[in-house]
Amino acid sequence: MENPQRNNQVNNVVDHLFRHEAGKMVAVLAHLFGFANVEQAEDIVHDTIVKALETWKFNGVPPNPQAWLYRVAKNNAIDLIRRDKLKHKVEHNVLLQSEYTLVPTVDELFAEPGIKDSQLRMMYACCHPSIPSEGQITLILKILCGLNAKEISNAFLSNEEAINKRLYRTREKIRKEHITLDYPDSNELRDRTEAVLKALYLLFNEGYHSSQPEKLIREDLCEEAMRLVLLLTEEPKTNLPETNALMALMCYQAARFNSRLDDKGFIILLQDQDRSLWNTYLLGKANEYLEKAATGIMIHPYHMEAAIASVHANSLSYETTDWLLILSIYDRLLADTHNPMVALNRALALSEVEGPQIAIGELLSLHELSGSFYYHATLGVLYTKAGNDAEALNHFLDALSMTNSAAEQQLLKRKIAALTAKS
Amino acid sequence: MEKFIYLFRGEGPNREMSPEAMQEHMQKWFAWMSKLTQEGTFVAGEPLQPVGKQVNGTKKLVTDGPFIEAKEMVGGFVIVNARDIDHAVELSKGCPIFDVDGKLEVRPIQKMEMPS
Repeated sequence: MENPQRNNQVNNVVDHLFRHEAGKMVAVLAHLFGFANVEQAEDIVHDTIVKALETWKFNGVPPNPQAWLYRVAKNNAIDLIRRDKLKHKVEHNVLLQSEYTLVPTVDELFAEPGIKDSQLRMMYACCHPSIPSEGQITLILKILCGLNAKEISNAFLSNEEAINKRLYRTREKIRKEHITLDYPDSNELRDRTEAVLKALYLLFNEGYHSSQPEKLIREDLCEEAMRLVLLLTEEPKTNLPETNALMALMCYQAARFNSRLDDKGFIILLQDQDRSLWNTYLLGKANEYLEKAATGIMIHPYHMEAAIASVHANSLSYETTDWLLILSIYDRLLADTHNPMVALNRALALSEVEGPQIAIGELLSLHELSGSFYYHATLGVLYTKAGNDAEALNHFLDALSMTNSAAEQQLLKRKIAALTAKS
Repeated sequence: MEKFIYLFRGEGPNREMSPEAMQEHMQKWFAWMSKLTQEGTFVAGEPLQPVGKQVNGTKKLVTDGPFIEAKEMVGGFVIVNARDIDHAVELSKGCPIFDVDGKLEVRPIQKMEMPS
């Protein structure tokens, strides 16, 4: 029995198909069973993926792999409900208790609008105010992005055991606080959306700035964060100006992905980046989202961050960048957020406008940052510019002692070597 | 050329394996199978469901599966053309089942012609 299709199908599996579909299916099944039963939802999804693997490996991928997976997951879910095997009763959902409504209810949730709705509800549940920030991000990666503890620990440069503990504590919290997959009330929606956006912003930054040496892992995190923000922009209730601003910011940053590291994985600073490598599709998208974000009366920090990124993205070169404009946005952002990291970045813009001495003066007053690698690296750069090589060297050496990232260490060593070669 | 059957045994992906890892594992199966197909050695292959019935003895007593421990159960088979058993064993070594600690039994299919 020849299988002529096999060769054509070899490369036909969509990238991350299992991972993405696992995330969707867990959201849908948890919506169906209740958040308290999320682990049973995860079990069904695991069995579903195993069945796909065991079957497809012999015969190739079926014509509609997504529908194939959903069929198996649906059947398993219906079976579980019929046999009354859920740990925590599904009393909240009367539709599951009658044979007349059981199958149609499950079918409806597995249709495209039901899947989106389930993912959105899951985002809000994962970002419930009673769950600490790192727990929120871990839960999002586990449930909505289909990563397991080992992959999450890789991304955070942590260990599997620590991530498992964190997941365990977070699940305890879900049960104790009776967190459900309901949308927040309309008066709560804006604040709760703020929490969701914050978690996705941190998830993106984790990918963008992480010291994880493997580029693929970092890009995956950014991609997942963008996928989830995109979902928020597609739902009218959550398509707020700040949602679009965050999407714009992420698109601007992601557009620069290919120019940030050289082929050896070494960091290339903004002034040295080859701007022709910036992704024009993403830059176009970013401009679109920023335009959509320009409604309402409130200016959110994401608006300002996106605006700064937009000035950089739309400048032809580092030298022709409108630093005065960037500085004015940083002034406003700093006044609103009082975030020392913003102050640090503002200092760089300030040095382009007023010169390095003034910027150094401002930075030296930021005592809370004296333990930060970025703080000393930035001071090193500014002192170099100001011609004070001795101070620059001291700060680069301080910075070097504060980072474990090979790429950052390498960048600092180059700076240090350049300074010592001069003297 | 002679025909050989590979019988696959093993528990398959464990609880620790992520969806991403399972997809990567599946890609390896596709690669191995398509290599066999391109070499012209592949004849047939199918997965088996982990359920079934067993019909026993003169009384034809019917019992339900599963019959044995999961790791001993045949999960699927592949039939290949190979020069001899050594060649069949060599071809089998590319099978990704070994990555998940599974095992594979290589058995010559008995031909009807007069044994030499």
